[in-house]
Amino acid sequence: MAHDTSSRAPAGRAPVGRPPLPTAARARTGTARRALGLVWVLPALVVLAVFVYLPLVQNLGFSFLRWDIFSGTFSFAGGDNYRKMAGDPVFWRSLRNNIAYAVVSVVVQVFGALLLAALVESLRSDRWRRALRAVYFIPSAISITVAGLLFYFLYEPNLGLLNAALGGLGLDGLEHAWLGDSGTAVYAVIAMSQWQGFGYSTLLFALAIQRIPPEIMEAAALDGVGPVRRFLQITAPLVGEMTSLMVIVTISGAFQVFNEVMVMTSGGPDNSSQVLGTWLYQSGFVQNDFGYAAAIAVVVFFVTFLVALAQLALGRRRRVEW
Amino acid sequence: MTATGTRYLARVCLWGLLLSLAVVVVYPLLWMVLNGFKTNAELFANPFALPHQWGLGNFAAAWDRGVSSYLATSVFVTIVSTLSTALLSAWAAYGLTRLRVPLEGPLTAVVLAGLMLAPTVALIPLVQLFQRLGLYNSVWALVILYTAFRIPFTTFLIRAYMVEIPREIDEAASIDGAGPGYTFWRIVLPLCKPIMASVVILHVLFAWNEYLFAMIFTSGAGTQTLPVGLTNLMARHGTDYPVVFAGMAIAALPMVLLFFGGQRWFIRGLADGVGK
Repeated sequence: MAHDTSSRAPAGRAPVGRPPLPTAARARTGTARRALGLVWVLPALVVLAVFVYLPLVQNLGFSFLRWDIFSGTFSFAGGDNYRKMAGDPVFWRSLRNNIAYAVVSVVVQVFGALLLAALVESLRSDRWRRALRAVYFIPSAISITVAGLLFYFLYEPNLGLLNAALGGLGLDGLEHAWLGDSGTAVYAVIAMSQWQGFGYSTLLFALAIQRIPPEIMEAAALDGVGPVRRFLQITAPLVGEMTSLMVIVTISGAFQVFNEVMVMTSGGPDNSSQVLGTWLYQSGFVQNDFGYAAAIAVVVFFVTFLVALAQLALGRRRRVEW
Repeated sequence: MTATGTRYLARVCLWGLLLSLAVVVVYPLLWMVLNGFKTNAELFANPFALPHQWGLGNFAAAWDRGVSSYLATSVFVTIVSTLSTALLSAWAAYGLTRLRVPLEGPLTAVVLAGLMLAPTVALIPLVQLFQRLGLYNSVWALVILYTAFRIPFTTFLIRAYMVEIPREIDEAASIDGAGPGYTFWRIVLPLCKPIMASVVILHVLFAWNEYLFAMIFTSGAGTQTLPVGLTNLMARHGTDYPVVFAGMAIAALPMVLLFFGGQRWFIRGLADGVGK
């Protein structure tokens, strides 16, 4: 992404045009500098190695164990954890819920947000554009725990806004214990996530749209190209890089969902809103089956890893155009 | 219908859509804050009426029932992990961009690859590791984890910025006899102020709101942050809803203020960072 170098031009003190050092001296300082350079990178590398990469590798190993963390006993289980997973209906339910999460989030937080950003940016008043972008963003600034608790109350049958609004519209028949019904719980949680996240991606798309040279839009408008065709043929293609990135970030996020499900339903009722993250937690920390939890973590790893590879491939292809 | 008529209708629809979305966002938040002022009886009698009295009693009650402690822990974890993440990342970015490091390419890849990893994937070994280190159920577990898992993203942002600062500055400084330490603290870091501001705001937002690690690695009083504390408040005082609403408002307010106060830095960081 382009940076404006003008705003951080070097301080005027830098002396220019000194004679270069003799080659021998330069080589010597070069070697010393190389070693010194490592010292700067080392602290970050050590922290990453110990607390991110090592546990990642260990987790793979743990997934082949039968392991009771509280008594400290473990034994080799071979592929048992994975076989158990294949026959575990809650695992498949969780995976399906993650996929539903990804699909809805991509529709709302990528394509919906792109459309919304284009609409906001089409406003003539700069003040309104900024105000709306900021208002839509607020839910992303508050913690997902606060947002989750808030929606827990909104969905509450007696107290909540949703049933009251439905009643007010004369749709009493639709009133519902949204989180208490295994048919609606996961969708109620997904809906809350969209409320929390759409402003974040709208803001990012708005920034991308602002980078489109205004002359292009003006020329198109002069040629009589209507707003719908301008969106489809100019805006959307020109923010294509942002769109594909957001698709990938959103899918990856959907497979890491944990917090909102935990706060609002803990995966219930009857495991209907379980996702991989909460099922992993439940299996390990509640049912004390850490080997199985590690195996679920391996699945999460592979899904997010594949998505990341797709991002790398996309990034390489796009880089050429810029 | 005439062309102007259609255009007028389109504008009305556009504003209708944009403003109703704004209401959908703002109304629940307003409802949350207003409920923090009500009594339980008022809340159940008519959840949508304005409170009869604007006393701060529920806020004080939430404060006394643990929110003050959760807040203090959140502030501590946020400040310390922000400092450690920003410093370690800036050091790494400096080494990787401005000094000649052996294996620079692979090392950069190793640091940035962490961006792709979900915290859940390392969770179980981390629990075991922190139990062994004796840091389980301590604020330091959160400080370390927030630092470790955010170094890749933070280094990525700072690195992209540092690459664009002209190298001649460092060369001039080194000819003047300045070592890398001096160059980093006195020359490069001050030039990086804008990205450091973005990085700090993004990390504060992350650390303040993080839930997974906070829930699993802390349990006792004095180690729980606001997100976990709020769910406790809910569990323990679940029937006294107005107090829970007050606690939620207390937790949400600082980040909303930070967002509006630091919007410029915030948006810059987001714009640069989405490439992760």
